[in-house]
Amino acid sequence: MMSSTRESGAAPYVTLSRVTKSFGASSPALDDVSGIIRGGEITGLIGPDGAGKTTLIRLMTGLLVPDEGSLSVLGFDSRSEAARIHDAIGYMPQRFGLYEDLSVQENLNLYADLRGLPLHERSGVFEELLRFTDLKNFTRRLAGKLSGGMKQKLGLACALLQKPRLLLLDEPGVGVDPISRRELWKMVENLTAEGVGVVWSTAYLDEAEACDRVLLLNQGKLLFSGPPSDLTERMGGRVFKVTGISGRRREFLAKVLDRPGVIDGVIQGDAVRLVMRSDAKGEPLLEGAGVEVAPTQPRFEDAFVDLLGGGPGGTSQLAEAVKALPAQDAAPVIEARGLTKRFGDFTAAQDITFSIPRGQIFGLLGPNGAGKSTTFKMLCGLLKPTAGQGRVAGFDLRRDTAEARNRLGYMAQKFSLYGDLTVGQNLEFFAGVYGLRGKGKSQRIALMNDIFDFGPHAKMSAKDLPLGLKQRLALACAVMHEPEVLFLDEPTSGVDPISRREFWTHINGLVEKGVTVLVTTHFMEEAEYCDRISLIYRGQSIALGSPDELKVRVASAENPDPTMEDAFIALVEQSQAEAVAA
Amino acid sequence: MSNAGQSVSLGAARNRQLRTRRFLALVRKETFQILRDPSSILIAFVLPLILLFLFGYGVSLDATRTRIGLVVESATPVTQDLAASFQGSRYFRVINGHDRREFEEDLIRGRIRGIVVIPANFAGDFASGNAAPIQVLVDGSDPNTANFVQNYAQGVVANWARMRSAEVGSRLPVIKPEQRFWFNPELASRNFLVPGSVAIVMALVGTLLTSLVVAREWERGTMEAMMATPVTAAELLAGKVLPYFVLGLISMTLCVLVAVFLFGVPFRGSLFALYTISAAFLLPALGQGLLISATTKNQFLASQLALMSGFLPAFLLSGFLFEIESMPVVIQWITMIVPARYVIPSLQTVFLAGDIWPLFLRNIAILLVMGTVLFVLAARSTRKRIG
Amino acid sequence: MWWVRLRALILKELLAVLRDPKGRFILIGPPIIQLLVFSYAATLEVKNVDILILNQDSGVAGYELVQRISGAPSFRHVLRTEDPAEIRDAINMQRVMAAVRIDATFSRDIAAGRPAPVQIILDGRRSNASQIVSGYLTQIINGLAADAAKANGRLAAPVSVEPRNWFNPNLDFLWFMVPNLVASIALLIGLVVTALSVARERELGTFDQLMVSPLRPHEILIGKLVPPMLIGMFHITIFILAAVFVFGIPLRGSVVLLYASGFFFLASVVGIGLFISSLSMTQQQAILGAFLFLVPAMLLSGFATPIENMPEWLQPISYMDPLSYFLVIVKGVFLKDLGPWDVALNTAPLAVIAIVTLSSAAWLFRRRME
Repeated sequence: MMSSTRESGAAPYVTLSRVTKSFGASSPALDDVSGIIRGGEITGLIGPDGAGKTTLIRLMTGLLVPDEGSLSVLGFDSRSEAARIHDAIGYMPQRFGLYEDLSVQENLNLYADLRGLPLHERSGVFEELLRFTDLKNFTRRLAGKLSGGMKQKLGLACALLQKPRLLLLDEPGVGVDPISRRELWKMVENLTAEGVGVVWSTAYLDEAEACDRVLLLNQGKLLFSGPPSDLTERMGGRVFKVTGISGRRREFLAKVLDRPGVIDGVIQGDAVRLVMRSDAKGEPLLEGAGVEVAPTQPRFEDAFVDLLGGGPGGTSQLAEAVKALPAQDAAPVIEARGLTKRFGDFTAAQDITFSIPRGQIFGLLGPNGAGKSTTFKMLCGLLKPTAGQGRVAGFDLRRDTAEARNRLGYMAQKFSLYGDLTVGQNLEFFAGVYGLRGKGKSQRIALMNDIFDFGPHAKMSAKDLPLGLKQRLALACAVMHEPEVLFLDEPTSGVDPISRREFWTHINGLVEKGVTVLVTTHFMEEAEYCDRISLIYRGQSIALGSPDELKVRVASAENPDPTMEDAFIALVEQSQAEAVAA
Repeated sequence: MSNAGQSVSLGAARNRQLRTRRFLALVRKETFQILRDPSSILIAFVLPLILLFLFGYGVSLDATRTRIGLVVESATPVTQDLAASFQGSRYFRVINGHDRREFEEDLIRGRIRGIVVIPANFAGDFASGNAAPIQVLVDGSDPNTANFVQNYAQGVVANWARMRSAEVGSRLPVIKPEQRFWFNPELASRNFLVPGSVAIVMALVGTLLTSLVVAREWERGTMEAMMATPVTAAELLAGKVLPYFVLGLISMTLCVLVAVFLFGVPFRGSLFALYTISAAFLLPALGQGLLISATTKNQFLASQLALMSGFLPAFLLSGFLFEIESMPVVIQWITMIVPARYVIPSLQTVFLAGDIWPLFLRNIAILLVMGTVLFVLAARSTRKRIG
Repeated sequence: MWWVRLRALILKELLAVLRDPKGRFILIGPPIIQLLVFSYAATLEVKNVDILILNQDSGVAGYELVQRISGAPSFRHVLRTEDPAEIRDAINMQRVMAAVRIDATFSRDIAAGRPAPVQIILDGRRSNASQIVSGYLTQIINGLAADAAKANGRLAAPVSVEPRNWFNPNLDFLWFMVPNLVASIALLIGLVVTALSVARERELGTFDQLMVSPLRPHEILIGKLVPPMLIGMFHITIFILAAVFVFGIPLRGSVVLLYASGFFFLASVVGIGLFISSLSMTQQQAILGAFLFLVPAMLLSGFATPIENMPEWLQPISYMDPLSYFLVIVKGVFLKDLGPWDVALNTAPLAVIAIVTLSSAAWLFRRRME
């Protein structure tokens, strides 16, 4: 059915010509976007949240029509021939489009019927897809009871039933752990070999790097279109890795970032990675004993940050405004002692033990459903451990009083703000709840407004804020009362790299002042900011150590310098192998 | 030429086959979901039984044993005889007294609903043929009960007077009203409330449940995935309607069984008429549910709208409990567009009176027109487009 | 310290409900529309009834009876027919609620002093209304009988009944319905607002945020309790004003007593709402739960039909229904000038319900945190 369109010059699968789409009166979701998508390739639709990725995909499905311009999908006009398009595409929306109260097999049957898969082909196709997605043993399980990664594979299987010519995947990687993401990627890559055109939208820039071609969107505008390497190559000779830093690397990064010529910098374990301005030729001049600077491979993210005009500076006004906490005794601030949680006969977390000294960042990593959220919730007092004990600043948060909770700040996934309240009202509320009042309260709120620049948005409802601002507001609400301890649950999921950097600048600054941080994350680069990491898998801590220690543990002859993601995957696989052996 | 024609018709046949299969797939999916979702079981089976139970037992307009205070200001054979008539009445539970002030407090507190006063000079006057009036004081804060107490008290007195005059042989002209309550001679309000509540149950399933499920599909993003498949909007709608139509008929059947076998409500019509009427009513109910969910796409709003535009009007503006003729004209106009208004009399008839087809056909025709209008509107707002 | 936290929470809860124009509308628009529409629609009064008369009598008495029925204010159309079969048809099709059949011998029987029957045929499918219509017709016929006696120079009917309606002299249904609606709509609003408040926070994930804050469970509970009560008080106020100034219902008792018991009523309603809320994980469950409580609470409260008409084994259920007590108070204070002692007697059960539901909500609240 499908002829290969590998050769260049073949008609593109999708042609976008000057597409504009607005919702309501605000600035357009897509503004004059033109481009093409080819068969046999993975085209990445890249951009921060709110860039217009979902709108563009929906336009390609014909479920939305453009205000101006036109789209041609597989030769059909999206306005007048949407039905023809639906016959030929596979589409997986953000939440996978599965019926949670139907079983895996029932979902497959439904979509097979809807897509008109002939009966005699079914057993073969089902067999192949179930093998392909590794869901063979779960056909009778309800889709709602699958893990995030499995749901995503099932969603993909449903989109692939009647082999589509064009496959549209809207953020298939969100909320899914690195292992599942890698597997999914492999599955999709196999499809392109058969000539299928794939559109993969994502906010993860490491995924972008692997695409054949990317469309880079920001605030509805197309910034770049072409192979990602074109963009990355521009960064040649501008990226450096700094090792051998004596003393505190966070402090070092903060100083370096404020220098002219440095546009971006992140922490990578014990090292620091720097990106230089294009006009600042050569390597950055750095003083300090033993500091070594070596050029390193540029990444897509470097190019992206560069394209958006560079990251924020290194100083955090927020941290400056905070009194340094006395570096008292060495007693740990957060302590988990044999934390165990059982739900019925299912053990969500077993015998988790670690301790975090003052002024450190501790990361909880692990695949979906492995138990990191359970552990996190037990420590901040939201769940009662079945056995063991968690203590924060010497208190057991389940038993001890309001005063104990006053010492911690909490920022949840999805930035749980009150959407119907304005920015100012959210700040007022959290200030009040943490017992701030009178002059102290108005001063702190004014300070937050100042640091995070809420001024122009003060009267907006929190739910209408762009994601980056939501995250800033959530952070402001969590730190307004100057907590000693910060609990961060996937604090940057979905936000763009610039906002992410700004966020970490603040966190780094606070940590320098003696604040202790416990963070869960799916972003492997974020794990690099941690002083120590506990990798949780199947309810158990399978590895505990600094990022570099974990990387060293999986280094091998063929991969002497593994990334954090490599380490994560290798350690999980190792644990799986041990479990099988045992 | 003939070849081309053949392939066209083959293609058409295959298309038809595909369409049927898609439709059946949607129906099957919806059926599984109904069976697995506790909230649909709750709305389709538990809630109807609770409602029926409440209307069968709890809500009764039959004031059978209303408490009243009976004041006999002076005890004579005549007044005792009249008092005995009150005490013997099956409508009253009588508390005896000699002074109305004994009862005033009770009337204020609502412990009794009325006071009947047989005045001191009644007996003497009665003999002279010029009796003082018997006073009936009722608690007007509940006008319906007050009316009943007045009517029944009047009835008791009139009966007594007739018997008395017959005894003394006086030749009073007697006009005797003979009441016949057709269809419901025992005057049980249950007999008309229970059939009416069957309609309310169908409104709940058709409007509330349907609007909730469709809105849930929008919220969970499954609607979007469906729309990007070759399914047409008409198939989507039909795939929703059929299962809930059947579900509505099933919960109706359940209610009818309970009504007939547990509550002993007579069923004098034919099953064919019952199902025809119910089916005709489910069309506008489902259409309304689909329209609500297609326009709100949000479960909370959908449920509020469904309650406000489906359940409450079916309850209050349909003639179920409150007589439409007694409402102000403006509100009578509003009731014209309440589908339940047309089904409740038909259901009451099929239960109590039997098959009266001219009545059914008129109501069914109106329901079909309403159903068509609502479906057209729903189909228009469910085009295969987002936003 | 705690009052600072609490104030922040209460303020937030109020803002969450009232800031959004749509939310404000939902809270204020429908209740007022409901009050207006249902006050007029929910009437058990019977008027504008259509009647069919088959008069086979050619005498004066028959003519007189037809005239009297035609002149009665409760009847809208009084139709005439000559065909006995028409009666069946008109009742079957519900063109009329009742038919009156006067026999050919009617006038002669009266003149001769023989019993003269008049048949009244009523539509039992609407047995409530038809009983009332039967009452109207019987009254007219009895009146005719008495006058006929006088005209014939015989003894007048010796006994008459003098009805007197306390508290509501014209038996105006509005006087009954509006106070009822004041109580029931306050129940509806209070219940929905509270039932959703915790469930919504659970669904949006902000509930965890509250739980890790220094707020203690009982503070959260109070914070969730006060705003719906304020909103409920606001509604009660609006409704009382509307009752007095729009509907012209007399307010004979003490407003202070009304508000005092209203406070306990709302506390019990909010307690039930919180109880439902802490049981449900999603907003949909909360809505269904509230609905599941609301329908029986309305129907068994004595709102539409008196509690004493219910079978005795069912009556105890209405003892648990806060609405049944508050209805007595509202109607009592409005129409009967109910005294402090009686108000207190009906308020005490409300306080008990409030205490029981609030403490079990608090208990569930903590259990659910595990």
